[in-house]
Amino acid sequence: MMLKHAIRGVVLAACTAGFASAQAADPTAVENDAGKYFDAEGYPTFNIAEDGTVDFHTYSGFRRFNSECHVCHGPDGVGSTFAPALVESVQDMSYEDFVAVVAGGRENVGSGNQNVMPAFGTNPNIMCYLDDIYIYLRARGEGDLPRGRPAKKEAKSDVFAEMEDSCMG
Amino acid sequence: MKSGLLGAVSIAAVTAVAWSASANEQLQTMAEEQPGEWVMPTGNYANWRYSELDQIDKDNVDQLQVAWSMSTGVLRGHEGNPLVIGDTMYFSTPFPNNVFAVDLANDGIIKWKYEPQQDPQVIGVMCCDTVNRGVAYAPETDAYPATIILNQADTTVVALSADTGQVLWEVQNGDPGKGETATMAPQVVKDKVLVGNSGGEYGVLGHMTAYDIATGEVAWRAFSAGPDDMTLLDPENTTHLGEPVGVDSGTATWEGDQWQIGGGTTWGWISYDPELDLVYYGTGNPSTWNPAQRPGDNRWSMTIMARDPDDGMAKWLYQMTPHDEWDYDGVNEMILADLDFEGEERKVVVHPDRNGFAYTLDRETGELLVAEKYDPFVNWATHVEMDPESDQYGRPQVVAEYSTEQGGEDTNTAGICPAALGTKDQQPSAYSPETKLFYIPTNHVCMDYEPFRVSYTAGQPYVGATLSMYPTPESHGGMGNFIAWDAVNGEIVWSIPEQFSVWSGALATAGDVVFYGTLEGYLKAVDMETGEELYRFKTGSGVIGNVMTYEHEGEQYIAVLSGVGGWAGIGLAAGLTDPAAGLGAVGGYASLSDYTNLGGQLTVFKLPEEVASSE
Repeated sequence: MMLKHAIRGVVLAACTAGFASAQAADPTAVENDAGKYFDAEGYPTFNIAEDGTVDFHTYSGFRRFNSECHVCHGPDGVGSTFAPALVESVQDMSYEDFVAVVAGGRENVGSGNQNVMPAFGTNPNIMCYLDDIYIYLRARGEGDLPRGRPAKKEAKSDVFAEMEDSCMG
Repeated sequence: MKSGLLGAVSIAAVTAVAWSASANEQLQTMAEEQPGEWVMPTGNYANWRYSELDQIDKDNVDQLQVAWSMSTGVLRGHEGNPLVIGDTMYFSTPFPNNVFAVDLANDGIIKWKYEPQQDPQVIGVMCCDTVNRGVAYAPETDAYPATIILNQADTTVVALSADTGQVLWEVQNGDPGKGETATMAPQVVKDKVLVGNSGGEYGVLGHMTAYDIATGEVAWRAFSAGPDDMTLLDPENTTHLGEPVGVDSGTATWEGDQWQIGGGTTWGWISYDPELDLVYYGTGNPSTWNPAQRPGDNRWSMTIMARDPDDGMAKWLYQMTPHDEWDYDGVNEMILADLDFEGEERKVVVHPDRNGFAYTLDRETGELLVAEKYDPFVNWATHVEMDPESDQYGRPQVVAEYSTEQGGEDTNTAGICPAALGTKDQQPSAYSPETKLFYIPTNHVCMDYEPFRVSYTAGQPYVGATLSMYPTPESHGGMGNFIAWDAVNGEIVWSIPEQFSVWSGALATAGDVVFYGTLEGYLKAVDMETGEELYRFKTGSGVIGNVMTYEHEGEQYIAVLSGVGGWAGIGLAAGLTDPAAGLGAVGGYASLSDYTNLGGQLTVFKLPEEVASSE
């Protein structure tokens, strides 16, 4: 289970393994590892209680997305005039592809397009929270999480705090 | 009759432009005496965006029609406006920053087109779309031919022959590898061209740089923070609110080396007073957006600068928002006007700031005369202290409830007005010397702001706050207003509610008409006195460009670039939503994408011939 928290390890694996098949997995959480949830295939996912309480990783993803990512991808992932709505595109993307694109960037420049996603692989503000951003977008994309700040959240776990401290340095 | 006269004047002037020695004097003369042209990005040195052309007036503007239009071939946000010099129109596009020279005398054919080669990676480090706010023009002198100056996204500054588009020189103004980019329109002053930088969200240190127009050599560079030899401040003679700034004020108000990644970029508009021989511009937000990580006043971010254009030395400064907690960049236009204060005419600079206060200062001394809210919903500060005896003199009096510093890291501070977009952003206002009023395009948006700790990596975003923005609660539901402002009394004269932020620059004319564009794509004309709408036309895409006017063969034209995008295109294109605000499904919630689409287009308007000739 420790591996699932070692984000840099995952990045390396994703980059060397190439692109995996598109994701169509059931996002239902089947495992709770110290406040971080995983689906049946072992991918990070969200967990939203009936009263709307979100897991801390979803909340953390909300915060990071609406700081670093929203300047291009729009508030709450709904897109802008120049970057895609991730609430839609993340649905068609595997976890491995997501990690690879965020870390390595993507360029789509032609006569009609001037879209460039920069590589965030060296940015701890993003890479330390990459799973959180993925979990948040998955929750948004599945329609389980409405726009805006989640009203209620689970507490930050000690594991999360340790990971954050060691990753952010 | 009047329009015929103007035509004769401008033809005579075009043939007479070649003999003045200084670009400055000649450019100034052109701006003042040739209303048929639009020779600098800001209209004139005073940044009025006012034209003496009056063929189109408040009685006939409703008959305006499209004369011609042109695609720019680029789909990103189109800020800025064309220039018209003689028979040629010049404009630049968003990335890749193509420059067009269009022959107005020859059916609008493209005389030349300059296509820079830039690494597209720069697109990814532009915080708020790949906008470019236009090119500058320098008339021919003994030292150089008529020149067009482009400030590319990747910070390459290029001088082009105005006649042929050939490159005269190229210099690198910054390092896009560190997130340093360029969006602002350069300004030609004397034999120099002034160029600013962008990248406050990447920890870029702001600077204003003057290049020799003949050679492209750096004449001076003034940073927005650092020791005095970097900021070009004189500890004794440079003043802040009448007091000497003291030694190394650009580092003394920072903790440690934070100033080196401290922001204060200079991406707004530049004005110039030839009599006082001072240039004016503002500096942007300090980095990061998390105020807890940069204790102190963070001088000289968020500051109005008055500098000598020859050596860059600052005469006076005024920091509007010490220790910013909201991203209220101070880069908006600095409009120079001579206004009557109780019978005394004062030379002032008027600046409607992002922070929601419109400032009027004596532009010779930097004395603060007026600082009033130009949107009554501004709530982060109660007022700006105006008592020179107070230790708070000139400082905004921050409301604790809306202080993101006092709220602290990892705390969401809700209901702050205005949002980080500001009560206005760079979209420039117009000023009419007839009404002595300022016509200001504004945003009417509030926000929640949660700062948190970030670490710096060169070339990576360095933000440190989570924001959500929404239409001002308990107001008209829209996200913008277009207002007329009295800068002497600090009062709104009239205000037009708009559904979306007014992200277009305004134009005032002697025809008693004010023009502006809207995000839905309308060009609107309103009565200068009353704000009553007189005309609207929906262009191909949302308007974030600035409206300009020119005259050709005796006819007055109105021109504007369409092309939705910019910062407005980030939040507003998607529709701003605040589930907690409980406003119901009013207009503000509608998505802009229901109204308009991407597109880059120049649209040019004129009156039907029979109407124009009857004037």
